[in-house]
Amino acid sequence: MSKARKPDCVVIGAGPAGLGAALTAREAGLKDVMLIERDLELGGILPQCIHDGFGSIVFDEVLTGPQYAQRYIDRVEKAGIDIQLNTMVLEMAPDHCMTVVNSREGVVEIEPRSIILAMGCRERTRHQIMIPGYRPAGVICAGAAQRDINIDGVMPGRRVVILGSGDIGLIMARRFTLEGAEVEGVYELMDHPGGLTRNVVQCLHDYDIPLHLSHTVTFIHGRKRVEAVTVARVDENLKPIKETERLVPCDSLVLSVGLIPENELSKKAGVELDPATSGPVVDECMHTSVDGIFACGNVVSVFDLVDWVTRTAEAAGRSAAEYVLEGRKREAYIRVNPGRNVKFVVPQLVGRLDRGVDFYFRVEHPERAVRAMVLAGGEQAYSRKARMVRPPEMVHAGVEAAKGLGKARDITIEVVSDEKEA
Amino acid sequence: MKKKHDFVCINCPLSCSLELTEEDGEVLEVSGADCKVGVKYAEEEFCNPRRMVSTTVKVRGGVLPLLPVVSASPVPKTMVREAVRTLAGVVMEAPVADGQVIYPDILGTGVDVISSRALDRKAADGGSSI
Repeated sequence: MSKARKPDCVVIGAGPAGLGAALTAREAGLKDVMLIERDLELGGILPQCIHDGFGSIVFDEVLTGPQYAQRYIDRVEKAGIDIQLNTMVLEMAPDHCMTVVNSREGVVEIEPRSIILAMGCRERTRHQIMIPGYRPAGVICAGAAQRDINIDGVMPGRRVVILGSGDIGLIMARRFTLEGAEVEGVYELMDHPGGLTRNVVQCLHDYDIPLHLSHTVTFIHGRKRVEAVTVARVDENLKPIKETERLVPCDSLVLSVGLIPENELSKKAGVELDPATSGPVVDECMHTSVDGIFACGNVVSVFDLVDWVTRTAEAAGRSAAEYVLEGRKREAYIRVNPGRNVKFVVPQLVGRLDRGVDFYFRVEHPERAVRAMVLAGGEQAYSRKARMVRPPEMVHAGVEAAKGLGKARDITIEVVSDEKEA
Repeated sequence: MKKKHDFVCINCPLSCSLELTEEDGEVLEVSGADCKVGVKYAEEEFCNPRRMVSTTVKVRGGVLPLLPVVSASPVPKTMVREAVRTLAGVVMEAPVADGQVIYPDILGTGVDVISSRALDRKAADGGSSI
């Protein structure tokens, strides 16, 4: 491989975001789309999510992770997309030049006309939450344990303590139990579960696994292998209460303590990141701050539903095609401000107003009987009642084309009380 | 004799706390639900709670050692563990097609367990070039 290849578009990552983006870019008219995946097959993390609950918005039915992935894999494989498996992107520059490596051709330079970032996210580890203690084997992230059990057929532990009640932790509590391990309990720092209620019921209640709210792990014991953990109740400032410490014998500590968008490559290309989402600042076309580089899915912001990942991927794929085929540039921007009880909003910027804009946001604290509002230049462009909003759930506000957004200089998203009508 | 049972509705983020009152297995009342979906959910959870089964089975000669499988529809909740144990003994030969029946009529429930992905046979080929 001597001469640099110049595809219309390179998509980095073949999880749900990359699959959806590559397919949409191809269908929107790009002839030469390259999909780069470091794993040995397409699908990203979906093939290990063997439980059901995916696709209720995109397909209007409930699928398992592998089934959801399969629908896209079947289409991508027939779409005339250049699929590169076992391939890793090493470098990426603002001018789109990238260095790629695999065992077939070694190190290769590529100069794509557009790039779509779809690298997803990674798990927070023990180091990011600073659990004191020894450093034995047997401390593992929930997603890694899921891969061990569901893909590789390896049991990472027999007597398990789970820290964090995010959805992956809850799902893995059930999975460990069904595979014959004993799950001693799930410990959650906050006073409410991190995951969806349906998962608390179906994964914990169904199997009599205790959920200890307002608790954390204060020490990991064991020189070679985990032998026990110390757990303690926390006070209202989330500080462990010494007198409540209790020793729990176990051989594994499984962590489900959050996800972080994976943006090492984005940083190398000079893409501006939003500290609130840890992902690229994007406009409604999923265009990042660097011309011709787009982003979608969990690399932008960690979504709760794969369906939203697919929706942002479709927007990125369409936009990359327009950028290459029509030379459409990024336009003067209207900033989107998070208002009352809104932690962050994607997209952070809006340029074009001639078609609808999908906003996704998370709330700061749970609230009952509310209205989700989009205000454009102080005027109401969107309003929807919600009986309940909770921080683990992404709220979607689909604003119709130009309606109310026309001459706005700023857009605010807020959640307001709707007690009267509740 | 009247008895009460507690459930948490899983149909929306509201998570209503439901209380079902029954007498000799006959549902008399469901309270605590904000909507009728919750009432129906509590009745089903009391009379015949059902769950989907998802697990893996072994594969010989595949690109991966395991195949994910799922029940085509929910089975009675009390049979989930037994279903997973039964499926632990299944060994498939690759390739396997998406949606292929892996275990028909699991535990006499009338529900088939199907593969939830396609799984190719392992080949020596390295793939296409960049």
